[in-house]
Amino acid sequence: MSAPTLSNEEVLRYSRHLIMPEVGMEGQLKLKSSSVLLVGTGGLGAPLGMYLAAAGIGRIGVVDFDVVDHTNLQRQVIHGTKDVGRPKIDSAYDRMMDINPNVQIIKHEVALTSENALEIIKDYDLVVDGTDNFPTRYLVNDACVLLGKPNVYGSIFRFEGQASVFATDDGPCYRCLYPEPPPPGLVPSCAEGGVLGILPGVVGLIQATEVVKIILGKGDSLKGRLMLYDALGMRFRELKLRRDPACPTGQCSRIKGLIDYQEFCGMPHAQEAPAPVVTDADITPKEVSERLARGDRFVLIDVREVHEHQICNIPAAQLIPLGDLPKRANELDPAAEIICHCKSGMRSAKACDFLRQAGFRHVRNMKGGILAWSDQVDPSVPKY
Amino acid sequence: MAKVLIPTPLRQFTDKQDAVIAAGSTVGEVLGALTAQFPALRNNLYNAEGKLRSFVNVYVNDEDIRYLDKDATAVKDSDTLSIVPSIAGGRS
Repeated sequence: MSAPTLSNEEVLRYSRHLIMPEVGMEGQLKLKSSSVLLVGTGGLGAPLGMYLAAAGIGRIGVVDFDVVDHTNLQRQVIHGTKDVGRPKIDSAYDRMMDINPNVQIIKHEVALTSENALEIIKDYDLVVDGTDNFPTRYLVNDACVLLGKPNVYGSIFRFEGQASVFATDDGPCYRCLYPEPPPPGLVPSCAEGGVLGILPGVVGLIQATEVVKIILGKGDSLKGRLMLYDALGMRFRELKLRRDPACPTGQCSRIKGLIDYQEFCGMPHAQEAPAPVVTDADITPKEVSERLARGDRFVLIDVREVHEHQICNIPAAQLIPLGDLPKRANELDPAAEIICHCKSGMRSAKACDFLRQAGFRHVRNMKGGILAWSDQVDPSVPKY
Repeated sequence: MAKVLIPTPLRQFTDKQDAVIAAGSTVGEVLGALTAQFPALRNNLYNAEGKLRSFVNVYVNDEDIRYLDKDATAVKDSDTLSIVPSIAGGRS
């Protein structure tokens, strides 16, 4: 391949880079001849994709297989309201090409797996991890270590973010930070715990900054440092991150090849997951509504949080957040029939288990929670 | 009395406090005092064998206790301990 040059249009476009000695013509040409794989076009991937395209990275691979929905728009600024229902990869492609048509964008509309990760990643200089789950994070890390590609990491939860650079020649990897993932259910996801919409913008742009610095070979990268950002306290902190002494040179001693990451993270495979079993203890929202209309005697308990109750609620339900149930169970009559509900049925199942162990004999779980209530009983109840 | 910074996912077990002052001259003692004050934290920090869970890191100031003396790492009153669990969010 011949050495890249800049067209007159590109010189004008990148002029604010070109007049800085840290970038200059040499640096801009480095950006143009580099390639970056962006895994995910969600919260982190949205600002990453837009700014990396604008910066003039020559070739950007994008991995995503999701579809834009309304709940994405609060933070995934690469997608617009008009894109709801479209594949994210198409919407991201259009936005990035609009920002900078000089950039070559390669669409990988697949889930990254142990079977395809090495084949996809090998064609790029470095990888940016904008994923949202532990199996893919460990997969991206291990594949980058095996291929010797830097992995620019970012992760977010509610008001907190983490960022670092893993898998450089002499630096630590994600497994040096966390050798193993948490068991499923112990660490809530953003879908369960929520996230400040602006937070992935800040963390994603820390990642984008690191990508550009690595390509330019300028400054101090986050290699060997874990950056923590607390948006509520508006504080940045950094912690030292060391390569595990078990891997003194070369690659991480824990990684021999790609493995089954679903199993590693304790998750059942999608195709093997058993269909949800409806037990006698489950009751549908429709039945609950019919029984309320008949005037049956039972207690309906909403175990969601106060701020969720403010979004929408079933007027007949009494609010006792799951966390308060142990100290408030004495308010309930052990002989009464109790039906618990939450947003989608998971927390109320836990509430039912707790109440049964506490000696309540007639406890039932409203299947599908208030979301299913909105579908089956009262469509005026908003879904969130 | 060292300061222990509590990460967002664990604040539900510390009455929503983001920092807790706990007594002790080693990391083990400080975390012991912390979990005595907030028993629900214990299961989230330690496994059944009483070892720190592998997705929870503890730092004294900016240094990971795995590279110091682990639970026996000395703690001064002026030190800040950070509990930093893994978080995965980003795409969805």
